[in-house]
Amino acid sequence: MAIPSYATRGERIWHYVFLGLCALIFLFLVGPLLIIIPLSFNAQPYFTFSQEMLTLDPAGYSLRWYEDFFTSSAWLNAIKNSFIVGIASTFLATILGTVAALGLSSRHMPARSAIMALLISPMIVPLIISAAAMFFFFSKVNLAQTYLGVVLAHTVLGIPFVVITVTATLSSFDTTLIRAAHSLGANPTRTFFKVVLPLVTPGVVSGALFAFITSFDEVVVVLFLAGPEQRTMPIQMWSGIREQISPTILAVATLLVLLSMLLLTTLELLRRRSERLRGISPG
Amino acid sequence: MNESLQREKQDDAGEATAVADACFARFIDVQKSYDGVELVVKGFNLDVRRGEFVTLLGPSGSGKTTCLMMMAGFETPTHGQILLQGEPINDLPPHKRGIGMVFQNYALFPHMSVAENLAFPLQVRHLSRDEIKRKVAKALAMVRLEDFGDRRPAQLSGGQQQRVALARALVFEPKLVLMDEPLGALDKNLREEMQYEIKRIHAELGVTMIYVTHDQTEALTMSDRIAVFNDGVVQQLASPETLYEAPENAFVANFIGENNRLHGEVIESIGDRCEVRLDSGETVAARPVAAGGIGARTTLSLRPERVGIVGEGDEASFDNHFQAEVKEVIYLGDHLRTRLEVCGNDEFIIKTPNAKGFPSLRPGQTVEVGWSSRDCRALDA
Ligand SMILES: Nc1ncnc2c1ncn2[C@@H]1O[C@H](COP(=O)(O)OP(=O)(O)O)[C@@H](O)[C@H]1O
Ligand SMILES: [Mg+2]
Repeated sequence: MAIPSYATRGERIWHYVFLGLCALIFLFLVGPLLIIIPLSFNAQPYFTFSQEMLTLDPAGYSLRWYEDFFTSSAWLNAIKNSFIVGIASTFLATILGTVAALGLSSRHMPARSAIMALLISPMIVPLIISAAAMFFFFSKVNLAQTYLGVVLAHTVLGIPFVVITVTATLSSFDTTLIRAAHSLGANPTRTFFKVVLPLVTPGVVSGALFAFITSFDEVVVVLFLAGPEQRTMPIQMWSGIREQISPTILAVATLLVLLSMLLLTTLELLRRRSERLRGISPG
Repeated sequence: MNESLQREKQDDAGEATAVADACFARFIDVQKSYDGVELVVKGFNLDVRRGEFVTLLGPSGSGKTTCLMMMAGFETPTHGQILLQGEPINDLPPHKRGIGMVFQNYALFPHMSVAENLAFPLQVRHLSRDEIKRKVAKALAMVRLEDFGDRRPAQLSGGQQQRVALARALVFEPKLVLMDEPLGALDKNLREEMQYEIKRIHAELGVTMIYVTHDQTEALTMSDRIAVFNDGVVQQLASPETLYEAPENAFVANFIGENNRLHGEVIESIGDRCEVRLDSGETVAARPVAAGGIGARTTLSLRPERVGIVGEGDEASFDNHFQAEVKEVIYLGDHLRTRLEVCGNDEFIIKTPNAKGFPSLRPGQTVEVGWSSRDCRALDA
């Protein structure tokens, strides 16, 4: 942001104050994350910077917490569970959410806003309430303490994200394209796969990613529904902090930060690619 | 399909096809209501001949798109029947009708290249890869976009996109092509160019076309026949010439071309000549077309170019003469458009060629104008 040449003295001062404020807010947001990364290489079993670390002595650094993570069966099991539950529930939520959004966008759909509200409600109802309700219900039908139970619960939590992103994409979707496809001889199925789906893919992909991240760092529902076998990463981290204060958790956190950055980058690349395919920006 | 091929086919099938050709596409007493209360289309009848270019012309909201959508299968008629080649198609879904369609906003698939857009209807029909390639190339050549097959629609100008849409609607050789204001989004020059392009393609392929527009110039230049729509009813179905020269009612006279109107009452009517007493008191001789008997209210319709200034030489045929006051003269290059006050109507327009021998008029001047009763049509009130 360049300062225009006609700016007054006051405006110039404000400009730099403003930049400073922005930097502070940014630091507030990412500072904790940035501290975690060097701390995870601590050679000592403490959560503070040692004297060696501060003087950048190599002896102060080590990969022992990473080693700890990759050799601990509890942690490995947790990360495996997180991926199983995350991928399965994302898959289900994406399909169900996309289909729901398509149905809701049809002009023949009755009670559209009521259904929409119902589908979105898991996002609005306090998680603890959904979790408790699911706990009682799933116990009745023998789904508590099973993978299927956790997956279904996370599917419910993921659906609103998919519905919202796909609905948003569909709102800019030109429905005469569907008519055009029909007039060219394509039946409804072909029209869906060749015309509608390719054009709503950006919405589907971002919805899926949100659903995955939601499942990946969800604690409350898993706490209610999971047995010892279904322990996911967040649960393991939570109990890790409470029971055995070990910097392994910092190594895990660093790996998770890396994973999130990877996912976000992928998402952005996919989004750009499909926008190019949609012909929004010439490519 | 080229014309010789078509002629061969006609010869083969004889009588039955002759009938089918005359009523290639038919609307029989079609009505449509969206809300179950108000009829948007009221008793629409139309027979389109094979190879004909028929235009539905009417103001916005008169039900043109609705009629086209019923033919394409995107809306169902509330009442009546739609036939294609003698077969009722009311129960046929849009994708089985084999009707090509060009939309106003082009409706090109943005995620496909131009060539992929054109290949789409051919892939649906399971043509071989080679055949698809050949047909796509031919269609691109037809709309003069040979080098644009690899571009995406977003990389084309509006006119080019419209050409692609046209090629896509024709590439699978449909029986019938529908166009809903396809040139509405283009600027004037491009629109005129595309009008000729569409006419050329129509003549080249001999395909039957139903065209929708609210632009009367477009309808007049392009069509074999025009159905003038208003208020869900066809006001007149005729060739462009007939519509302009012999409008059957006041709406058509007014909607097609420019038109001077005088209101009055029929006081005498003998054969193809009647006398009308205008509201301003004068008596005008006219030709009764859609006027009632003596005493009925009527609107006289008179084309500006059929009114002359007395003293220019062609007044021999004039059996109406009136004093007029010049109100305004607009210079339009090859002709002058002059607004006069005649018989109490100060929106009376005449057109005079900007040529030697024609007097130049000035506002405030008084002149004598005249016209033949044959050119002055007495229509409904
Ligand atoms: N899908 C629809 N639902 C309800 N009313 C409609 C719909 N489409 C058109 N109409 C109404 O039908 C009338 C005719 O519309 P239309 O056929 O689009 O006219 P035109 O194409 O001649 O402008 C208009 O009054 C319009 O408001
Ligand atoms: Mg319309």
